[in-house]
Amino acid sequence: MAPLPQFAADTALVLRMYRAMTLVRVFDAKAVNLQRTGQLGTYPSSLGHEAAHVGVGAAMRPEDVLAPVYREFGTQLWRGVTMTEILTYWGGDERGSDFAVPRQDFAWCVPIATQTLHAAGAAMAFKVLKQPRCALAYIGDGGTSEGAFYEALNLAGARDLPVVFVIINNGWAISVPVAAQTAAQTLAQKAVAAGIPGVQVDGNDVFAVREVVGEALEAARRGAGPSLIEALTYRLSDHTTADDASRYRSGQEVKDAWALEPLIRIRDFLINAGLWDGAKEQALLDECTLKVDAAVTEYLGKAKPSSDAMFEHLFAALPARLHEQRLIARKYASKPSGH
Amino acid sequence: MVEAIAMAHGWEMQHDANVVVIGQDVGANGGVFRATAGLQERFGKDRVQDTPLAEATIAGMSVGMATHGLKPVAEIQFMGFLYPALDQIVNHMSRMRNRTRGRLSCPVVIRTPHGGGIHAPEHHSESTETMLCHIPGIRVVCPSSPVRAYGLLLAAIRDPDPVMFLEPVRLYRAMRQEVNDDGQALPLDVCFILREGCDVTIVTWGAMTMETLRAVTELDKRGISAEVIDLATLSPIDIETILASVAKTGRLVIVHEAARNVGVGAEIAALVAEHGLYDLLAPVQRVAGFDTIMPLFKLEHDYIPSVQRIIDAVEHTFAG
Repeated sequence: MAPLPQFAADTALVLRMYRAMTLVRVFDAKAVNLQRTGQLGTYPSSLGHEAAHVGVGAAMRPEDVLAPVYREFGTQLWRGVTMTEILTYWGGDERGSDFAVPRQDFAWCVPIATQTLHAAGAAMAFKVLKQPRCALAYIGDGGTSEGAFYEALNLAGARDLPVVFVIINNGWAISVPVAAQTAAQTLAQKAVAAGIPGVQVDGNDVFAVREVVGEALEAARRGAGPSLIEALTYRLSDHTTADDASRYRSGQEVKDAWALEPLIRIRDFLINAGLWDGAKEQALLDECTLKVDAAVTEYLGKAKPSSDAMFEHLFAALPARLHEQRLIARKYASKPSGH
Repeated sequence: MVEAIAMAHGWEMQHDANVVVIGQDVGANGGVFRATAGLQERFGKDRVQDTPLAEATIAGMSVGMATHGLKPVAEIQFMGFLYPALDQIVNHMSRMRNRTRGRLSCPVVIRTPHGGGIHAPEHHSESTETMLCHIPGIRVVCPSSPVRAYGLLLAAIRDPDPVMFLEPVRLYRAMRQEVNDDGQALPLDVCFILREGCDVTIVTWGAMTMETLRAVTELDKRGISAEVIDLATLSPIDIETILASVAKTGRLVIVHEAARNVGVGAEIAALVAEHGLYDLLAPVQRVAGFDTIMPLFKLEHDYIPSVQRIIDAVEHTFAG
């Protein structure tokens, strides 16, 4: 086992990461509950991914650009996206993608793997404009089967772009396990053919993730090129609230994965360092619950957008041809209301 | 309707050993909508295969399998995920027979969910059939009921050429109907008259048949007798049935969920203008989705044409 990275001595940072991981865990449970009670649309739980997501968030700089998939709430919250925005999007309202902060991050990417090319393109922009910034794209284990993923790796390598690709290998692409997805022994080795470095990291270890991703970003920033990181973790939840994983994977496998879930080890680290105890844990959970409840209240209080929203931002200026349709939409729109 | 689709797969796999089902999560999971439920247990992992997560793979391997003895029935999980497959569909699947002068062909069915209305996430609710109808050499089919889904899917699988089979998501669970599992296919390339009438012809397809039939019930009360035609095969269009109806009623309203601009409704209106203009007593009306991005689900019912919009469009053909 590698020695702890230097930043592990930064108590404030480690505590901040633990708090962020706990917050996203509490948020996630609430979001699933909102969906179950008909107050949210289909929602992709991030349960079990907290170390990978928060570790990446903590490694990035604010001026870097994130190209997420759709599950990396821990990274997004770290970067300033709000819980209300996340709920708004998954509640079926485009306003959720209009992040107050970070203004230049990409929004969620539901089509698979397309975002990896956007990150490569953003990195190309940074290179051409001589800005000391990096792009970071997430992708799932299943997504690495898509052509767009290989194209992004190839482009990044061929043009030496300041971009980092992070594969969240959680074992399952809905019902398809990694072993049925590819004959490659690791997903990190997919970097080899693109001529860029590829490494694996324990995705349930927030220290390791922050360290490995941080190094990759700094290398990219100083012009040493792109890299691919495979973070090994486990999807403790169903794929989304529309999925029932009991159809295709064993309960024992999930039970075993819980023993390795990422909050346990950072909490143990804090306890062993004398920085944490039961009372602090309870206070943190209470604080997280209050924050989540406040976000939920704000989300539920948002009025339904008007039908005009379909026509807003379609173009910089709405073509005259569409004015009539906007009027028709108004005429037949259901009455604006809350939920 | 989703059970009828699974049933049609089962019948044809039972009776034709060359039929194979491929797609994402079609195996142990039985498809995200359960349209392939139970098939892998019944027919094994060679004939019901989960593919890697890659739509170009699904379409491209279908070309290879179909040209060499198999009949792939492929599922693309949502229509919004179809686009990586289009290169294979446009450049190879649709023209294989033509460019090899009949030497090779592609008996492939690509099934994909179609349309909105079920509170799904982004990219899960679009209806972009017009993009497919523009491709020569493929058929585009959209069933409007469980009975239609069963019979048309059998026909699609048995057809020697590629068929895009669009399954309206609103009908998957909303619509229940007794379906005889008798292996009887319905014909492709023809419309179905859902209801006879004498004052106005309404042409629609897929899930919009629901709103249309509700509108027609209301129009009855107002003394307007509407004939409702389910287009069913969106390409090529059975224009004869539509022209015969318009010759009888003198009025035409076309209802579709997809955006209006260059929609299938525009083709129908053009064909009627070319061949049946003098039968028309009023301008053709189109009731369609707006030329906007399909909104996320808070507004999806403001996008999908409402019963009232259909009623108003029909009444408009009687105005003046």
